[in-house]
Amino acid sequence: MSLVPETDFGTPASKSEKMVSLTIDGKRVSVPEGTSIMRAAMEIGTEIPKLCATDMLDAFGSCRMCLVEIEGRNGTPSSCTTPVHEGIVVHTQTERLKKLRRGVMELYISDHPLDCLTCAANGDCELQTQAGKVGLRDVRYGKTSEIETHLALAKDESNPYFTFDSSKCIVCSRCVRACAEVQGTFALTISGRGFESRVSPGMNETFLGSECVSCGACVQACPTATLSEKSLIAIGQPEHSVVTTCAYCGVGCTFKAEMRGEEVVRMVPWKDGEANRGHSCVKGRFAWGYATHRERITKPMIRAKITDPWREVTWREAIEHTASEFRRIQAKAGRRSIGGITSSRCTNEETFLVQKLIRAGFGNNNVDTCARVCHSPTGYGLKVAFGTSAGTQNFDSVEDSDVVVVIGANPTDGHPVFGSRLKKRLRQGAKLIVIDPRRIDLVKSPHVEAAHHLALRPGTNVAVLTSLAHVIVTEGLVDEAFVRERCDWEDFSHWAEFVADPRHAPEAVEAISGVPASEIRAAARLYATGGRGAIYYGLGVTEHSQGTTSVMAIANLAMATGNIGRPGVGVNPLRGQNNVQGSCDMGSFPHEFSGYRHVSDDATRSLFEELWGVSLDAEPGLRIPNMFDAAIEGSFLGLYVQGEDILQSDPNTKHVAAALSAMECVVVQDLFLNETANYAHVFLPGATFLEKDGTFTNAERRIQRVRKVMTPKSGKADWEITVDLARALGLEWAYAHPSEIMDEIARATPTFAGVSYARLERESLQWPVNAAHPEGSPIMHVEGFVRGTGKFMLTEYVATTEKVGPRFPLLLTTGRILSQYNVGAQTRRTDNVVWHAEDVLEIHPQDAEDRGIRDGDFVKVASRAGETALKAVITDRVAPGVVYTTFHHPATQANVVTTENSDWATNCPEYKVTAVQVSPSNGPTAWQEDYDRQARDARRIAAAE
Amino acid sequence: MDANRLVTMANQIAQFFASQGAGAEAAIADHIAKNWDPRMRAAILAHVAAGGAGLSDVAKTALGRLSA
Repeated sequence: MSLVPETDFGTPASKSEKMVSLTIDGKRVSVPEGTSIMRAAMEIGTEIPKLCATDMLDAFGSCRMCLVEIEGRNGTPSSCTTPVHEGIVVHTQTERLKKLRRGVMELYISDHPLDCLTCAANGDCELQTQAGKVGLRDVRYGKTSEIETHLALAKDESNPYFTFDSSKCIVCSRCVRACAEVQGTFALTISGRGFESRVSPGMNETFLGSECVSCGACVQACPTATLSEKSLIAIGQPEHSVVTTCAYCGVGCTFKAEMRGEEVVRMVPWKDGEANRGHSCVKGRFAWGYATHRERITKPMIRAKITDPWREVTWREAIEHTASEFRRIQAKAGRRSIGGITSSRCTNEETFLVQKLIRAGFGNNNVDTCARVCHSPTGYGLKVAFGTSAGTQNFDSVEDSDVVVVIGANPTDGHPVFGSRLKKRLRQGAKLIVIDPRRIDLVKSPHVEAAHHLALRPGTNVAVLTSLAHVIVTEGLVDEAFVRERCDWEDFSHWAEFVADPRHAPEAVEAISGVPASEIRAAARLYATGGRGAIYYGLGVTEHSQGTTSVMAIANLAMATGNIGRPGVGVNPLRGQNNVQGSCDMGSFPHEFSGYRHVSDDATRSLFEELWGVSLDAEPGLRIPNMFDAAIEGSFLGLYVQGEDILQSDPNTKHVAAALSAMECVVVQDLFLNETANYAHVFLPGATFLEKDGTFTNAERRIQRVRKVMTPKSGKADWEITVDLARALGLEWAYAHPSEIMDEIARATPTFAGVSYARLERESLQWPVNAAHPEGSPIMHVEGFVRGTGKFMLTEYVATTEKVGPRFPLLLTTGRILSQYNVGAQTRRTDNVVWHAEDVLEIHPQDAEDRGIRDGDFVKVASRAGETALKAVITDRVAPGVVYTTFHHPATQANVVTTENSDWATNCPEYKVTAVQVSPSNGPTAWQEDYDRQARDARRIAAAE
Repeated sequence: MDANRLVTMANQIAQFFASQGAGAEAAIADHIAKNWDPRMRAAILAHVAAGGAGLSDVAKTALGRLSA
């Protein structure tokens, strides 16, 4: 194996379709108009020396290394900033150029410590490489006093993942430009002038103390060892690399896992990754240390009662015990008394196997997945409207958007790499509308400002979305030609009449939502008339009692304005977990086989019966919250949970705990003893994404390879554990590799018919990939909707039953933060805790003052479901009457407060609206202390005999 | 199964489809048939048979079309 090669073309590619021909060093080359001479040269293999140029960044022209001569033109222009021109003749290597480059390099090296042999970048340093390429053999200039220059400055080691060593800085500004152009944070600048020029985070702060979000773009851009990963410094240069896909959010960034043996040296975003285009966030780039964390469980364990300590056993004993327990329960309580939950963090292949195990092995359809608690309304709503349970665009599409609507999502925290791509487009002039109760960063951040922020009251999405439609219809802004061609006109007419009713007018909705009518009107006009309009949304849309209705309302808006079926438009759910799209595609819902086909459909069921050699249940199974209710009732007694922590992530923690306690066999397959494992009888140690092969499908329906770079700590990848369990239950499964599972998925799932590992070795693919779409489908509904005609649904606003009152006068809404991921099982076991060591409660200054709460005080948050205590942060980011927290830490357990209210269509919990009271507190609640004590007891492992 | 929970769910479903106009009862019954596990359907039908306390009229009528 070797390092995956990446060519640096020096400047970004031009998107022009017009070609220009020129001659470089006697060779003819044709490139798109707007291409730099540097890039054109690289296209024919001529590498012009450079330092400040890299193709992730716009040309800068500061280092003066890339000079060229052009016949008929005076001087020696920099090739990075000089675009090609028809017919020009360029020379990249002349005596004059050689002399100039050596002179410039000599100046750089005169101000650089010559400690190459002990430098972390030795062997991967562009300065070192370029000095060699220009033939520098001597440095005539003496060093100035080290005290006066950067050579004596101390390293900034404040960031847990990388160091900044100013002594090695050549002030090329690549880091500053990466922070601005790629990440869009503008945390870095060059302070001072001349020899005093320094890269400065913020106002001469440390990296950790500045606005830096630790995305790693600066480290990646640095041509020297000035910015270096601490892991690289500790381990040394990698000797091979493997391209794989990140296991955090639904953006699906691809990385080069740069390795030394089986040790990860660093994860570097892959430039050819079509979701991330070479960018990363603090999680994917740096927060992979959990894979080797000391709390990893690597041996199977069982126990008779959840109050017993765990007992380590062999794989064989654990698997046979599990199979025996499940069969015992079914013999006692019936075929439908057990079920399972697939993991949206595991691969498509693993998810497919778990649902297959449940349908074919358990003999029922009691399978569900974490999408139940996040985007199940997306699946339902978009299937009704368009015919497909997925977003319509690829991420590249945002580059063509003119107006972007962000509803109930916080991309710079939840989907940071997409957030950066969005901000880039906004800096280019696209307009932004934010619909969110909270002032998320996108509302106003450096060089980005929303045209409209509709700070609606939590729970009023449907009212506001329908009101936007009211404006579009009543002000004649409908794209009638699109609607007539693509949609059901009768449905549309019915809908138009509905939304035109005065009760949906912004002036009426203002009283419900708190959003000024003028803002609703202005936002609607901008979306409908501002050019290509795209809607991006998240869990702030779906996690409501009307989550599905909101999704339908969004689809209505897109259809009414013709914003479907081309680049720059569309309806884009920002999916939460790395493979939540895939887990849904793979048949993780209790009513659907892979490809979203209902279990009652005889033809589909027959297909699977023939393929799997068993008869299958035609009845829908239990959803996760139904499983809990059935457990408490006594008819559901066994659960196989792969890679989810339902105790921490699902609403009304006490209810979940009661349900798990009522079961006779809970099997948890995970990396760590998570909170759900406190209620488990069997623990099967899982594998990280670094330890297995497979595929993930991201939010843009892109299927990408996950590649094994190290041996599983427990000896088995997750799919192998499921295979063992299936065999113990009597199924004759004989998969030798995940590629064989994908072959089965392709045979059984029309939208995956053209997917194979052979193809995925060459390219990522966006489903549907089949005879009708042999190259995949970057954008859907191009010629027409999958369901035939687009369907408009009526979206009557129904107020949630979760209402504020004297006992609970505030509305709690929950969300995520950049540095932590979901229940925090992975990120809490990394240095990301530096940024978010605990969950806190955001409260408006007025609400805090009314309650005598000071910033940093412990406060108790109480709802009708339960209460917890955490520290308060006073901020006007939330509106008066609204409080906000995250759910990353089990010590807080935000979900002890959330209720069992759920979406009408899918039972997706109403996480975003809980009526609460907040009051000063002396510390954790009695429940938190009891839980902590019980959790510690539940994690005891008996000493080996 | 907790009848109160099922009643709430059925009423929510009924409220949505009732707002769509004609064909609501069939749509409600179809949604429940396609999404509720048999024990849930049996429980709500038992609740209907016992008088259907708490169910909206449209939900109750729609459930009359449902079989466990």
